[in-house]
Amino acid sequence: MDGRVSAPPAVQTSRAPGAAFILKKALISAFVALVLFSLMIGVRTEAGPQGQLVYWTRFDDLAIMVAAVFGGSILVELLRQWWGPVDTIRVVPPSVQTALAVARRGIAPVLLVFTFLVPVLFYDERYILDLAILVLTYVMLGWGLNVVVGLAGLLDLGYVAFYAVGAYSYALLATNFGLSFWVCLPLAGILAAFWGVLLGFPVLRLRGDYLAIVTLAFGEIIRLVIINWQTLTGGPNGVTGIPRPTLFGIPLTPADDGLAALLGIEFSPTHRIVFLFYIILALALLTNWVTIRLRRLPLGRAWEALREDEVACRALGINTTTTKLTAFATGALFGGLAGAFFATRQGFISPESFTFHESALVLAIVVLGGMGSQLGVALAALAMIGGFELFRGLDQYRMLVFGMAMVLLMIWRPRGLIGHRAPTVFLKHSQAISSDLVKEGHG
Amino acid sequence: MDYFAQQLINGLVLGSIYGLIAIGYTMVYGIVGMINFAHGDIFMIGGFIALITFLILVSFGLTAIPLILLVVLLVSMAITALYGWTVERIAYRPLRHSFRLAPMLSAIGMSFVLTNYSQVAQGARVKPVPPIITGGYTLHEGAEGFVVQLSNIQIIVVITTIVLLALFTWLVSNTRLGRDMRACEQDQTMASLLGVDVDRTISMTFVIGAALAAVAGMMYLLYYGLVDFFMGFVAGIKAFTAAVLGGIGSLPGAMLGGLLIGLIETLWSAYFSVEYKDVAAFSILIVVLIFLPTGLLGRPEVEKV
Repeated sequence: MDGRVSAPPAVQTSRAPGAAFILKKALISAFVALVLFSLMIGVRTEAGPQGQLVYWTRFDDLAIMVAAVFGGSILVELLRQWWGPVDTIRVVPPSVQTALAVARRGIAPVLLVFTFLVPVLFYDERYILDLAILVLTYVMLGWGLNVVVGLAGLLDLGYVAFYAVGAYSYALLATNFGLSFWVCLPLAGILAAFWGVLLGFPVLRLRGDYLAIVTLAFGEIIRLVIINWQTLTGGPNGVTGIPRPTLFGIPLTPADDGLAALLGIEFSPTHRIVFLFYIILALALLTNWVTIRLRRLPLGRAWEALREDEVACRALGINTTTTKLTAFATGALFGGLAGAFFATRQGFISPESFTFHESALVLAIVVLGGMGSQLGVALAALAMIGGFELFRGLDQYRMLVFGMAMVLLMIWRPRGLIGHRAPTVFLKHSQAISSDLVKEGHG
Repeated sequence: MDYFAQQLINGLVLGSIYGLIAIGYTMVYGIVGMINFAHGDIFMIGGFIALITFLILVSFGLTAIPLILLVVLLVSMAITALYGWTVERIAYRPLRHSFRLAPMLSAIGMSFVLTNYSQVAQGARVKPVPPIITGGYTLHEGAEGFVVQLSNIQIIVVITTIVLLALFTWLVSNTRLGRDMRACEQDQTMASLLGVDVDRTISMTFVIGAALAAVAGMMYLLYYGLVDFFMGFVAGIKAFTAAVLGGIGSLPGAMLGGLLIGLIETLWSAYFSVEYKDVAAFSILIVVLIFLPTGLLGRPEVEKV
């Protein structure tokens, strides 16, 4: 590997650096921070009363920031020394290894059972239930995108487009034609899959980053059309009054024909939340089940082969056109289903919910989850959305923290939090190089 | 006809700004092979720094416009270049030999950081500046009273772009640094074996890209008279679209793509609808890529099996 050739000199000399080295490094960092922050933090501009820009200085904030960078730099350097060189192989005792292996095998069933019990355990805690529904929505989106990115290796930066198509399909069908959620759900999925194929066609010949930018552009086109086609979508005002789902035609309302009245129990708004929770759980598990089944079919094998090496794939007679299109369509289908659920849960949708930020978030979940690992994606969704919620109080600093977390997580675990992608089938022996060492299959 | 000529001028000016940003994308892609998603935000930071420097200079009683512009240009180029360097150092260098998606996600994260950093540091409201450069020339007076105008600021934007482009082309083709950059683009391992400092060269690529983005940011500020913390995203996507349209990795391609995107956007707004100008730009990108999958001037990627 050419990795070691151009390693920064700091790593090599930091084996036994003295205090002078650390101090020098921290001073340089502090100086860089001083220049970077001098104008952006040291000076604050704002439009004054007459519309004229005024500015005032904030040298105290600047000093605090530079001091923080100085201290942080020393701390990071000390931590790095304490941890030792990065490439040291750390020997884990066998007992710990077996315990970890057991834990790894047990975590998925335990998590599943726990998820089923969440509405029981937290029945009175509306906030936790809402959060759990949100996490499950992202788990489903993550699993859906995982088909495209993790399995087929096609880099999709516009996944939110299918989420939006699903949400608007349901919202418009339900508000204009009065169709019920259960009729619209498959329709929304099919429509989204149709758009997936539509996107798939032009990008068939593209690879890697060209693919990334076209999917990104596609996501933006869908969003811009939704914003501007006011007669159909209501534009920036969105669609309101989207009907709630019913249980076999029985609404979950306090009315006389509602579920509570029929069962003879007292009505509570929590019923609907619990119902929504189980709907999204079922949808997510459906996604998971379909993905796992598809991976065992020739189609799933073809996706993985495509991810590993497109040229070899074609040489072996796999039809890359249908393989790519089915990957896009399957991913889009699940995105559309999740979108329809999102619309019925919110009761209101607007283009603001379908920005590039969502695509990036779902992609981050898939990559952090280890690209192809179903459990990894679920855990990554829990970590990302849960972490995002933890910082809700920080208000405008929240996105700042989120961005930093994304950078740090990528540096710390570039191949995801747990596990990494590995083909489902591979030669058990005489493999000259592992798939890890090969460059990505060029999208 | 007059209307068309006016739109052509406007489109070329907008295209020059996009082209300057696109060069940063294309250079980084050529050397490191990654989409520097934070580049649009570097452009936005450049605009902010130009604005703040301008305010400070004016409040110190400086009145000579050319001097102010020169100082603003140099300061914003210098500080923004340092931003580019820092971003590479923090977010991309540790991931240079990682698998392909990791640096891209790190770049998306960095883009969020920069956007929200300037929101927190400078507030969410749009910052307007009064027109700094006024006046212009009337090129042609039409029969129906429509005049084709070329304002001074438009001249400045186009001339600055041409000068920078010439300087930059000279730098890439004639200097030691340019040679190193081209060497790293072809084969980093081989270049490092032959004594090229790969780390330094890549850092310099980011520094130059950020400096050009700072110029674009300042031009945007002068031309539109406002900056806000979110302008980097849309401009960044457009510029990246321009880079891809021209063929990513190709410098003349980036400029050509920028001009095309600028023209498409302006002409579409003029003749069809303003709302769908971005849709038009993106649709044309998709159509071009269907027929020319490597862009207009890009070289086809050689596949090694």
